[in-house]
Amino acid sequence: MGPKIVVKNVYFTYGDGTEALHNVSMEIASYQIFVLFGPARAGKTTLLRLFNRLSDLIENATVQGQILFNGRDIFERGTDVIDLRRRIGMVFAIPTPLPGSIRDNITYGLRMAGIRNRDELESRVERSLTQAALWNEVKDRLDKPASALSGGQKQRLCIARSLALEPEVLILDNPTSGLDPLSTAMVEESLHELKQRYTIIMVPHSVQQAARVATTAAFMLDGEIIEVGSADQIFGQPQVKQTEDYVTGRFG
Amino acid sequence: MRLAMRPAMKRQQTQKIAVGLITGAAVLVVIPIVLVILYIVVQGIGALSWEFLTAPPRNGMTEGGIMPAILGTLILTLGTAIVCLPLAIGAAIYLAEYASDNRLTRWVRLAIVNLAGIPSIVYGLFGLGAFVLFLQFGTSILAGSLTLGIMTLPVVISTAEEAILSVPQEFRLVSQSLGATRWQTIRHQVLPHAMPGIITGVILGLSRAAGETAPILFTVAAFYVPHLPQSISDQTMALPYHLYVIATQVPGMPLSVQYGTALVLLLLVLSLTVVATVIRTRMRRRRDW
Repeated sequence: MGPKIVVKNVYFTYGDGTEALHNVSMEIASYQIFVLFGPARAGKTTLLRLFNRLSDLIENATVQGQILFNGRDIFERGTDVIDLRRRIGMVFAIPTPLPGSIRDNITYGLRMAGIRNRDELESRVERSLTQAALWNEVKDRLDKPASALSGGQKQRLCIARSLALEPEVLILDNPTSGLDPLSTAMVEESLHELKQRYTIIMVPHSVQQAARVATTAAFMLDGEIIEVGSADQIFGQPQVKQTEDYVTGRFG
Repeated sequence: MRLAMRPAMKRQQTQKIAVGLITGAAVLVVIPIVLVILYIVVQGIGALSWEFLTAPPRNGMTEGGIMPAILGTLILTLGTAIVCLPLAIGAAIYLAEYASDNRLTRWVRLAIVNLAGIPSIVYGLFGLGAFVLFLQFGTSILAGSLTLGIMTLPVVISTAEEAILSVPQEFRLVSQSLGATRWQTIRHQVLPHAMPGIITGVILGLSRAAGETAPILFTVAAFYVPHLPQSISDQTMALPYHLYVIATQVPGMPLSVQYGTALVLLLLVLSLTVVATVIRTRMRRRRDW
């Protein structure tokens, strides 16, 4: 089986002329946790938002290069962006429940896709909340407002909300940024379960978290990929000096 | 070395004077508003009666009621809403959600700003030329509603656009990342959030339209019609115009009737504003973020 996602010579420039990505190339294999780490403004979030073409929302930006998803270039004319976003789910740094109940949140993407069947919706609600390790905590209050959940619960709700669409890839942009250590541990725990079924691309909160969760890791700096390798290699014997400096905490 | 500071006493005095002045300004602003309302209420309350509100005028306007004018103003406000709202809210959604910053949208924005600055009598003359004469709608509810509707466009567009822009960007990102189309995102996330703000703008715009005289002067308002309007091509009486007429054109008009009419117009416009506030606070309370 070929790689899930192939990034080929991608350049990304914002409308004001800032180049956020410079000649980025890499391959992401299926069923693993691919961690994208590096200092602030390295281009991690910009790259993540290219995968599901959420970058389309940025005005006047220019993209060059190719991103192949299941072998097809997502920037090709005629790409169904809506379908792409259902196959590549995304969780943001700040947990953002949509207004409404827990159930409303989980079923939002499904309802927008035109799924009305109650049984179907119900079973997806239970399955996705279970996968995100939230089911036991919320099963008795699915119709309560999602805004009443704690920070950690909100973030697991957001993960479940993406999983409800049964995507192939799950993108997590610093999903534990605002969470306490216990909630962070719970999210990390669920990630290890999830990688059996999904390909996970994640920007971590810290180098420590990167080392804890990664199968493969890529170090980014100033819009470029400095080094890609297995977690053991990147966090054990980095080949590039800049990676080593960052991983060992000498800079950044 | 000690810093050269003014003595503490003096600083506190300056502080007191400053607070006193700005408090005074705030109070002064309220006084004229309260006085106007009080004056009209005191002078007009005596004229209010069931008959005044429900009967047509009699005896050269000096007796009877103002029901046709009240009804006319309600019809015109509704007509204004029908003309204005779809256009204004559509334009606001386009400007806030779809328009990129190019020459066309800059022209559209410039046009809206300029529309807001046009004196209402000019709208009245425009309505006369365009709707009454050129399109041959005649002096009619249709022509008046169109004129008032166009006059109301800029205020509704600007407030609605502001309300839409104030919806946090995260909701748009989340919604679209879950495979919602741009329109689904607007329909299910953006508009429900923006609704309190949009409603405020709509009602403020409509209450202004309800109280305007100049735009309806040549387009719809009648001095006196013996029957109620039967269709949108009929003329109608309307409160602001009725007030203008009885205050300036009818000799021997009892003052109490004039102030009574003014009071009814004031109550109508105020109640619109109150309704707007109630709707807004209730919707704000209901949303949970």
